[in-house]
Amino acid sequence: MTDKTAITLNINGKDYAIEVEPRRTLADAIREDCGQTGTHIGCEHGVCGACTVIVDGAPVRSCLMFAAQADGKTIRTVEGLADGDRLHPMQQAFMDNHGLQCGFCTPGFLMLAVGVLEREPNISDEDLIDVLSSNLCRCTGYQNIIKSVRAAAQEMRK
Amino acid sequence: MKPAPFVRHVPRTLDEALKILTDVAGEDGRVLAGGQSLVPIMAFRLAKPAHLVDINEVEGLDKIADDGKTLTIGARVRHAAFHQPVTANPLGALLSYVARHIAHYPIRMRGTFCGSLAHADPSSEWCLTSATLGAVMVAKSVKGTRDIKAAEFFDGIMSTNLKEDELLAEMRLPLLPADAKFGFYEFSRRAGDFAMAASLVTYRLDGGKIVDARVGLGGAEASPRRIPEAEAELNGKAPSDAAFRAAGEAASAAIEPLEDHQTDAAYRRDLVKVVVRRALEHSLT
Ligand SMILES: Cc1cc2nc3c(=O)[nH]c(=O)nc-3n(C[C@H](O)[C@H](O)[C@H](O)COP(=O)(O)OP(=O)(O)OC[C@H]3O[C@@H](n4cnc5c(N)ncnc54)[C@H](O)[C@@H]3O)c2cc1C
Ligand code: FES
Ligand code: FES
Repeated sequence: MTDKTAITLNINGKDYAIEVEPRRTLADAIREDCGQTGTHIGCEHGVCGACTVIVDGAPVRSCLMFAAQADGKTIRTVEGLADGDRLHPMQQAFMDNHGLQCGFCTPGFLMLAVGVLEREPNISDEDLIDVLSSNLCRCTGYQNIIKSVRAAAQEMRK
Repeated sequence: MKPAPFVRHVPRTLDEALKILTDVAGEDGRVLAGGQSLVPIMAFRLAKPAHLVDINEVEGLDKIADDGKTLTIGARVRHAAFHQPVTANPLGALLSYVARHIAHYPIRMRGTFCGSLAHADPSSEWCLTSATLGAVMVAKSVKGTRDIKAAEFFDGIMSTNLKEDELLAEMRLPLLPADAKFGFYEFSRRAGDFAMAASLVTYRLDGGKIVDARVGLGGAEASPRRIPEAEAELNGKAPSDAAFRAAGEAASAAIEPLEDHQTDAAYRRDLVKVVVRRALEHSLT
């Protein structure tokens, strides 16, 4: 039905029971229905990567999935990266290496980089550049993002 | 930028999917696979399907099978499945190399091989691969199964011979000879963008001479295809800069180039010379 259906999104370990129309994107549901506004929306057609989240271990564009497709799946967003007050190595590396300016693109880059490195811890520096080419940043010129992710990659391999 | 309302159907079996597809075909019902092309099109409201048949939960469509002659790829197999070679046959390395050129990592985690074929973007790497290697598309509906050869499957820009009630359930690629060589090159303005022209080549060497040359070209014409004029420049010759250039020239002369506001026909012809030559050069590395 085009009517709303009841689904459960598991975001960062917490269940959110919500009702959504089939056309509700996962990005909108995470932000509007679950109130987790760390995930950003830029282009809404798969080009910018601001909305990247990790679904069942895979970094994906949440604007190109419908929320109902994520019913019962494990979703991770930027809000779930830190362990209490301890930042995730990726977040720490972005701070240490000046990997952000306005920060709009940052949640997407963090989830992309964490998602890929968890799947492929030994990915080469060169392939990391190719991975990062997936997301857009209007401020940094990318060099410090690359530096941050390479630094975090070393930290995460320890 | 929000899709128009639709009804989502979530079949669990192929039979169920085909039945629903038949029921909704007349009401602009569409298959939803990876959603990496369809959802953007819906967000722009270029498509407003009333029904989506979501095949992501259908059992059995996620298989890749190698029976020693053919590689069969099911409708739920995603681009990322090819990041590592899926078979020891040279086809595995070929698919793995080509896959890295499709969009970006997160898009490859969702987008499917068969979805690319059904979408039939002229620049699609998988469409080029299918046309070059002589793939067979397996279309299923409640009426039965149709095997469609790649050369008959693609029908112009974003158009195929699939009928509205048909699901592209799987596709088959012939394995390559054990000594096959391949080369691939694509040109796009930015990493991950759709190719403005791309070429995939395969051949074998017999006594130092090229045999069984296949030269495929994508992104340059309305549909990807083999270019026999370029293949004729290669068969029987030893790989050389002169032969590779001749093949590029022949391809460039043979095509009916696509034109758009940024790229005129002359530019595309030039580009084709280069991508064919570079794909051939890549085959030697
Ligand atoms: C930013 C971006 C960059 C991209 N760059 C590239 C690129 O460089 N090269 C490239 O090739 N692609 C690119 N894509 C598209 C991507 O590869 C898609 O995954 C692919 O084109 C479609 O596959 P899908 O599984 O996502 O199909 P969907 O988006 O789900 O469907 C696409 C179309 O095919 C139909 N369909 C899908 N599966 C079937 C089936 N089994 N049977 C019948 N009909 C079916 C649908 O009804 C729809 O009309 C890009 C996408 C994005 C967002
Ligand atoms: S908002 Fe999803 S990719 Fe831009
Ligand atoms: S830091 Fe501003 S867009 Fe990336």
